[in-house]
Amino acid sequence: MSFPWAKEYTPQHPLMQFLDEKLPLPRLVYNAVGAGYPVPRNLSYFWNFGVLAGFCLMVQILTGVVLAMHYAAETTVAFASIEHIMRDVNWGWMMRYAHMNGAHMFFAVIYIHIFRGLFYSSYKAPREMIWLIGVVIFLLMMATAFMGYVLPWGQMSFWGAQVITGLFSAIPLVGEPLQIWILGGYAPDNAALNRFFSLHFLLPFVIAGCVILHIWALHIPGSSNPTGVEVKQESDTIPFHPYYTAKDGFGLGIFLLIYFTLVFFLPNMLGHVENSIPANPLSTPAHIVPEWYFYPFYAILRAFTYDLTIPFTGVVLIQAKLLGVLAMFGSILLWFFLPWLDKSPVKSGHYRPVFRKFFWFGLIPCMAVLFVCGGAPAAEPYVMLSQIATAYYFLHFLVILPIISSLESPEPLPFSITEAVLGKDDNAKLGGATAQPAE
Amino acid sequence: MIRIGAILVGLFFAGVVLLWSFSQGAYTHFTEEVEKGPEYVFYIPPKSPEGGFAHDGAFGKWDLAQLQRGYQVYKEVCAACHSLEFVSFRNLEQIGYSEEQVKAEAASWMVPGINPDTGEATLRAGLATDAFPSPYPNDIAAAAANNNAIPPDLSLITKARKKGPEYVYSLLAGYEIAGPQGYEHDGKVLSEMFPDFQTVAPLYFNPYFEYLNIAMAPPLVVDGQVTYSDGTESTIPQMSADVAAFLTWAGEPSMVERKQTGWIVLGFVLFATILAWLAKKQLWSGLKSAKRKD
Repeated sequence: MSFPWAKEYTPQHPLMQFLDEKLPLPRLVYNAVGAGYPVPRNLSYFWNFGVLAGFCLMVQILTGVVLAMHYAAETTVAFASIEHIMRDVNWGWMMRYAHMNGAHMFFAVIYIHIFRGLFYSSYKAPREMIWLIGVVIFLLMMATAFMGYVLPWGQMSFWGAQVITGLFSAIPLVGEPLQIWILGGYAPDNAALNRFFSLHFLLPFVIAGCVILHIWALHIPGSSNPTGVEVKQESDTIPFHPYYTAKDGFGLGIFLLIYFTLVFFLPNMLGHVENSIPANPLSTPAHIVPEWYFYPFYAILRAFTYDLTIPFTGVVLIQAKLLGVLAMFGSILLWFFLPWLDKSPVKSGHYRPVFRKFFWFGLIPCMAVLFVCGGAPAAEPYVMLSQIATAYYFLHFLVILPIISSLESPEPLPFSITEAVLGKDDNAKLGGATAQPAE
Repeated sequence: MIRIGAILVGLFFAGVVLLWSFSQGAYTHFTEEVEKGPEYVFYIPPKSPEGGFAHDGAFGKWDLAQLQRGYQVYKEVCAACHSLEFVSFRNLEQIGYSEEQVKAEAASWMVPGINPDTGEATLRAGLATDAFPSPYPNDIAAAAANNNAIPPDLSLITKARKKGPEYVYSLLAGYEIAGPQGYEHDGKVLSEMFPDFQTVAPLYFNPYFEYLNIAMAPPLVVDGQVTYSDGTESTIPQMSADVAAFLTWAGEPSMVERKQTGWIVLGFVLFATILAWLAKKQLWSGLKSAKRKD
């Protein structure tokens, strides 16, 4: 599952030879993130974010396991147990702030990772499976983050749980029984809090399993790269270690500087003040909003304000709430179809003049508007803006992308990664006769 | 096939449905005027006390004398109605009291206990390990004593409001005890712009409160209401700032420790990042020159 010129693991020390014979774990590491994994030599810093996302997952699991030792999933004491962690547990405040802001950083990293994939069309053959697993990981992350936010049992926890599980009630016929089944009651209460805690503990390990599949699927074709030209020869690649371990080390340093600035100096900047008030089923907060990383999808949900009716008869076909729910889930599920919607043979946005314009002047501003509107109160002009942005979001992926991928004439590609980096590739003159395909 | 299906779904959501929502919303937006109530025009966002708080900023430290004065204001004024359930007497050692002083202080509070002989509920003198007791036995009693508005617990009040410390300060110092009659802000007169606006008892007028009318009676009404032992002049703004600082500490006693730890951590990570940058640069420079030769 690698290129023929990949270095082979040859243990020198008798202990490592023994281990390699009985359980070749060092060989696995060597071939996965060591000198045995040849990687395109031209990866930009945007390729750091996969490693950073893996780091975030580990931080969340480690801090989360410690927090779970002190947390109590029972509605009458859950809020107080968080304050116990903040005040009485040694370094508990650091663990909790690291976990809270770790979630923010995890999503920030994953959004850059996803949009890197969208710009460089990393979802295209031969990497469809990596992309599909990635979308599954993102969905699992959203579920995990939502349930984690409920655990402190503050006002926003409770009302967030109420609103999000209420979405299921929009489904015809089975909606309401489904919501009651999910909550274990008619409103969020002890049953819901307990199962959310259980699942919030379980899902990160499911995510970790999916991450292993994600990386496994990645190692079959190898990493993509900014030119989108596949690896042809040894001079196109460099070993992962030491080159990319060093580059990732520097990237991790920059990441940690931002992360720790949040943890130690602005720990509550990205949170909501309402969650410092204990949950109160009798008092609804003025603005119920999710965490910032759900804003775009929350904006799509709220963009549908009128029922779909048969014109001039007033017969309701689909209620606005159901349309919003369908659109919100659809906006992520459509990512599953991207490998088959975008038929352009060229991967990198650098060589696709029309795609590039729609990406930078369409999709990115559209996401920015959705981010702003998702956190804003449900009033004009935010509703109108989110409607325009939602319309563009669906048009971009489902209409514009399939059409431009057929019409666009891409710019000339370099012969190889080597040519892209060094300006010339001797093999190109021979017409690529000596080029070796990846296996 | 899949692309034709996608285009149809895309057009359905974007074109048909959203256009409908959009045109309806845009129509009502431009035809119906939204009236802005007095709380939009006369609400004042929280302000810092003069000179700010000692704990502000990345290098902020607690002003222990101020925290002690603030504690005195809490004890003599706020504690009549507000609990502080997540703070224990032992925590007071952190704001500069000795162990003996904390024990004496705790003993001056009565906390709920159980009579060891009869098993009946009773009150006993507090111990250092006790949390601050609530002034009411339960929420119903609290609501009954306060016109149905339960006084919130103050342990986290500065984290539960936007710009919490400034909010507490502004709210306490910002009561317009004369009421809304003749109230003027930014050259606008409230009773002229909104003649219907009223502050009906048991509410009180306070422009630093979102809805302008607040259920809490002005707690600090005259200068010198609390007599400070350190000789500081107890004006209303001074008492407000002191108790706001105390409640900030009560909300997050680890705040200063957090910031100080942060500088050490950032310093270490910055050093490590510079080393990582140099290592990366050296490695990659070797790579490029070697490859250019062949």
